[in-house]
Amino acid sequence: MVVNGVSNTKTCKLPVKEGLKVVRQKGWGEVKTISSEEKYVEKEEIETDVLVVGGGPAGLEAALTATSYGLNVVVVDEHFKLGGQLLKQTHKFFGNVELFGGMRGFQIAENYLKKLRNAPGIRILTETAVYGVFRGGVVGAVSENKHYVIKPRFLIAATGAQERFLEFPNNDLPGVIGAGGVQTIMNEFGVKPGEKALVVGSGNVGLIVSYQLLQAGVEVKAVVEILPEIGGWFVHAAKIRRYGIPILTRHTLRYVEGDMRVRKAVVAAVDEKFNYVPGTEKEFDADLVLLAIGLEPDTRLHAQAGAVMKYVPELGGIVPVRTRDLETTVVNMYVAGDSSGIEEATTAILEGRIAALSVASKSCDTSKASKALDEMEGILKFLWEEYRASPLLARARKGKETATVSREELRELRKTYPPPISFGDSV
Amino acid sequence: MSGYRFRETGVIELDELEKLGLLPPQERLKRGPVALLECPEKIPCNICVPYCPTKAIEMKSIIDLPVVDWNKCTGCGICVVVCPGLAAFVVDLSKEDADYVTVPHEFLPVPKRGDEVVLLNKKGERVGKGTVIRVWERNRTYAVTVRVPKGLGMEVRAIWVEKKQ
Repeated sequence: MVVNGVSNTKTCKLPVKEGLKVVRQKGWGEVKTISSEEKYVEKEEIETDVLVVGGGPAGLEAALTATSYGLNVVVVDEHFKLGGQLLKQTHKFFGNVELFGGMRGFQIAENYLKKLRNAPGIRILTETAVYGVFRGGVVGAVSENKHYVIKPRFLIAATGAQERFLEFPNNDLPGVIGAGGVQTIMNEFGVKPGEKALVVGSGNVGLIVSYQLLQAGVEVKAVVEILPEIGGWFVHAAKIRRYGIPILTRHTLRYVEGDMRVRKAVVAAVDEKFNYVPGTEKEFDADLVLLAIGLEPDTRLHAQAGAVMKYVPELGGIVPVRTRDLETTVVNMYVAGDSSGIEEATTAILEGRIAALSVASKSCDTSKASKALDEMEGILKFLWEEYRASPLLARARKGKETATVSREELRELRKTYPPPISFGDSV
Repeated sequence: MSGYRFRETGVIELDELEKLGLLPPQERLKRGPVALLECPEKIPCNICVPYCPTKAIEMKSIIDLPVVDWNKCTGCGICVVVCPGLAAFVVDLSKEDADYVTVPHEFLPVPKRGDEVVLLNKKGERVGKGTVIRVWERNRTYAVTVRVPKGLGMEVRAIWVEKKQ
């Protein structure tokens, strides 16, 4: 859609404001041009100890931890509200009581917001997008009417992930939508997305969204899974099975049909080699086809900064190589949460805390620094030796091991592939 | 492949619960209400442990399966409302005329005491109708205790409230 003359605007997540002019876009859309004399936006320069990019679980925990060590923090997020994926999670989280276990995702986000509002030395920039990292350790960000040039001593990029899409005939019909997109529309904005849904993918996201659809009064026809076993955790599967939602393992989505909207989805069985078995088609009367086939880490900022990257299939894609305390080969640039590799919310929170504690251990005075170091070692031990010991996290754990290097190896990597930029004043 | 059928079906039968040490012994089931934790995977979660008022649930590490001391468990149902996986139930097979099951419920409308509701098994099949005995809530998860026909205590795992036309 074209909003106030700006093409390619995602109206599905744009807050309604007085005087908003929304026009249906035809084709690619046009880029608004302005003359060089015209002052487009106001510019502000910010210096800070820590810049956190991304206000999801990892970023919020990182920000809160950093402020507790007396560091100044700027948090930047594209959305109009902080919380990231937590905002759209209405189910209760696993874990232990200290780590928000038992709270619903949106409640965890509310909890963070309450604490951050009272935290000293914090500045929150919502509806603001970081567009790049530049020489001299400068980070550029823009909001609708302001251009920020931020110079942080440390950068924690907790940029999350993007949903994967699937190729099949008519996948551009309205009604074909990512599971995360539906969660935003339904759980955050309170809009019922359709009447009859088919969910593709039986990972935790697919199972949880099916349950949430049912809660919203949407009929869920089936969950389709190409593998012989359910992808997600049993308890999430049991929650939808007992309300009669079938999980079709060894099945794949063939195509959808419809006119202005999806009206029918066709599913078929696959053989041992995942080839489609002709004649096994099942038709579903559905106006919603949700894709819950996985996430891909959003690491564009790390890649652009020149961090050494690695393809790790267990983590969902290309991720920055990092130390145990989550520093990348770009000096003082950290990674945390799903952007370090797809895992889940509690590990994202723990990673956010680890990154901030590592920053505190480098930048605070001796007594605080050693406290930060002690705390960090404790959390690292819990994360790697207890939490990630779960067989349900084995795949992600293996991936995170693959992406992690020692301090020694990091130094060697920095020599071999010197990053074009660095942050702060350390080596 | 895990070798467990529940990984393929999303339904856990009694034999698999028993194999994993999650099934209370027969004599305990017949004695009165008892918690049944259908939690067969090593999820890093131990929420039920600190909430149990009789300290009947033990987990050495956060990833262990819950180990219930069936003699300490009074079947109070706290675990039903706090379990994030909605995997805790209370069953009472001790009465002669009917069984009683407490299930977690997170759908609208919320049933009231005395309501007749549809009874669903682990596959979502309608296995009969039951009467609501008790309803209480914690952080928007309701614990609904239903009286079900004798013999269905180990079957019923959800209720459905028919919407009035």
